[in-house]
Amino acid sequence: MSEAFRAEARAWMEDNFPPSLAFKNPVPYQNDAPYAEGDPDWIVWRDRMAEKGWGAPGWPKIYGGGELGHAEIKILTEEMRRIGAFNPMKMTGYTMLGPTLLEFGTEEQKAQHLPGVAAGTSRWCQGFSEPGAGSDLASLQTRCVDMGDHYLVEGQKIWTSGANHADWCFALVRTDTSSKQGGISFLLIDMKSEGVETRPITLISGSTHFCEMFLNAVKVPKDNLVGELNKGWGIAKRLLQFERDSLSEGRGEGVPLLPLAQERVGTDADGRIADSDLRTRLVAHAMRAQAYNLTMGRIAAEGKAGQRNDALVPVLKNLGSDVAQVRADLIMEILGEQGLGWSGEGYSDVELDASHQWLHARAFSIYGGSFEIQNNIAAKVLLGLPSAPAPGR
Amino acid sequence: MAVLTEEQTMLRDMAAEWVPDRAPVTAFRRVAHEKLGHDPELWAEIAGTMGWAGILVPEEHGGSDFGYLSMGLVLEEMGRTLVASPLIATGVLGVAALRLGGDAEQQTAWLARIATGEAIVAFACDEDGRHDPANVKLTAKRDGDGFRLDGVKAPVSEGVSARLLIVAARDEAGKIVLLLVPGDAAGVTRTRLDRIDGREAALIRFDGVTVGADAALTGGAALLDRVLDRGRAALAAEMLGSATQAFETTIDYLKTRVQFGQLIGSFQALQHRAVAMQGELLMTRSAVEAALTALDEDRDDAPMLVSLAKAIAGDTLRLCSREMVQMHGGIGMTEEHDAGLYYKRSATADATGGNSAFHRERYARLAGY
Repeated sequence: MSEAFRAEARAWMEDNFPPSLAFKNPVPYQNDAPYAEGDPDWIVWRDRMAEKGWGAPGWPKIYGGGELGHAEIKILTEEMRRIGAFNPMKMTGYTMLGPTLLEFGTEEQKAQHLPGVAAGTSRWCQGFSEPGAGSDLASLQTRCVDMGDHYLVEGQKIWTSGANHADWCFALVRTDTSSKQGGISFLLIDMKSEGVETRPITLISGSTHFCEMFLNAVKVPKDNLVGELNKGWGIAKRLLQFERDSLSEGRGEGVPLLPLAQERVGTDADGRIADSDLRTRLVAHAMRAQAYNLTMGRIAAEGKAGQRNDALVPVLKNLGSDVAQVRADLIMEILGEQGLGWSGEGYSDVELDASHQWLHARAFSIYGGSFEIQNNIAAKVLLGLPSAPAPGR
Repeated sequence: MAVLTEEQTMLRDMAAEWVPDRAPVTAFRRVAHEKLGHDPELWAEIAGTMGWAGILVPEEHGGSDFGYLSMGLVLEEMGRTLVASPLIATGVLGVAALRLGGDAEQQTAWLARIATGEAIVAFACDEDGRHDPANVKLTAKRDGDGFRLDGVKAPVSEGVSARLLIVAARDEAGKIVLLLVPGDAAGVTRTRLDRIDGREAALIRFDGVTVGADAALTGGAALLDRVLDRGRAALAAEMLGSATQAFETTIDYLKTRVQFGQLIGSFQALQHRAVAMQGELLMTRSAVEAALTALDEDRDDAPMLVSLAKAIAGDTLRLCSREMVQMHGGIGMTEEHDAGLYYKRSATADATGGNSAFHRERYARLAGY
């Protein structure tokens, strides 16, 4: 059965995946659909995957999914990886909103939103953080007032990935000021609504993926509330698990370090990388990266056997961001002064990618809940340690 | 934890029940204090009643042939309470050497006796207090049909009580040869080494020790490497258990110790270090299970995975045992508290079979760095 499916998946991938896209999968929080949509092959690939139902392979068919089991999804992933293919739907809507709506949404909400997500035609952004609510997310202040036949939303969001390209936003809004976590609701906002404005933020890497989002007296239909009023925090926590989960999945393999180091740094008479200090650190990194990948594989296998432990996710996110940051540092070091280019002549694509990746890498331990917040969550939820006294009180 | 078979789950549950009941840390304290090496009664239970000495022994020789992952599950539980036993020396290194390099007669002579626990085996590789299998100096010169051995091995785990020594030697052509030497052979002098962890180790002199042609195992340096890898992976599993216990005991302490009017586990400086340990333990478990599985499947990447496992297990046990001492504060420095026992074990276990630095270098060479 599984071998038959593997053969089917392999044949289909080979027939349908445009080779020009090999290994060009979007990176979370760096670039995604809009980055690629200028490419007609990307559209072709997205639409073929949508038609096949493999963009949301585990979802029910009525929502555009493929209704595949865990074993088949694993095979599908392996077969895509084999030829450098990827799931083009793997964006905010698919990784975060989709599983949340499947768990908490009404039948109407699922029917309205999931097919567009599964087809990659409806793009979503996450309206969570605010200028005054970063690590302390529950202190968010964007107000949502019940006007009888609709809600009126007023406030400002920040670090909203891809808001300038999004069709919809899932947002946390304050519906009760008397309770911090118990006064938050989970709302779906049409980005075309009057009063929604977005402004990209330029990061140190030059990336303009994150945005500010201003909500000025935005009218939202009452049907767009997910779950109950003032019960949004529980939904948000679940969604953040999905987010951490997708972030801890790793960021792709990237350019292999060993041949790059051999080429750029040179080798000694025994064929070892000539810079012995760098060699030591490259090996230590390779070993940690392998241990991390083995861990992700092990956790996935345990999950399929029904032994999944969601409380591990914050620890995995931190391990993954650390491995990726060290990797970005090492590539820069291997490239030397050729790794310091910003743009233009005199630098290869690999070199320019390395410098921008190095600059962007600091974000790995900030977005999706900072390194420190992940540690706080794991200390409490995974290790059962007592809550720290609130600072400043 | 890897997804286990029913058989493995049963084995692990049995070990998790037997170890704290019959071999708690207090049992290890007695063995260490009285310099017993190991407790013969406990060994009789480990090998006889529980059948663990035969986990890698083929069924026709009285074992269960459950494999390395299964052996690792048992050793992990034993590592939790620092059980001092000849299980790795005998049931892993001894069995692996005989299975991978022994002929039918050699296997018949020893495997059944190993499975029952009657024969304790020691594997003698290290010299001059270093793990350096590429530079074995003990000589095995041709002597009639057999060999004549001269040299010194130290430290040799379970080298005092072992009935059979498996000795890595260098022949006249400069090639590595593994030889079976009875512990009581003429010319063998065994001196007990008193080490910080209280476990059994010996300095063994070989002065013109003669053995017959039937003493040699087949396989040379490659066999030595394969046998060592099986011992290293097994030890890494035991170290994972020790590190896990050091961690869990420390977490419990953070939940009970009060200072400044609050549980010290509420302090963020300690919480984040506790989570860091949990992360290292997760990766160590993955590496250890991957190495044991690769050995069970006899895969080509087993040597790299074993070096990964042994290196990360060494680092993680060092981290967790140090944090155990540090987070317990003054009490952690006392002989009365168990923290020091884990700290001492972190050093000897790391050195045995090659320390973390040795295995990072080995991994580097295997990977082409």
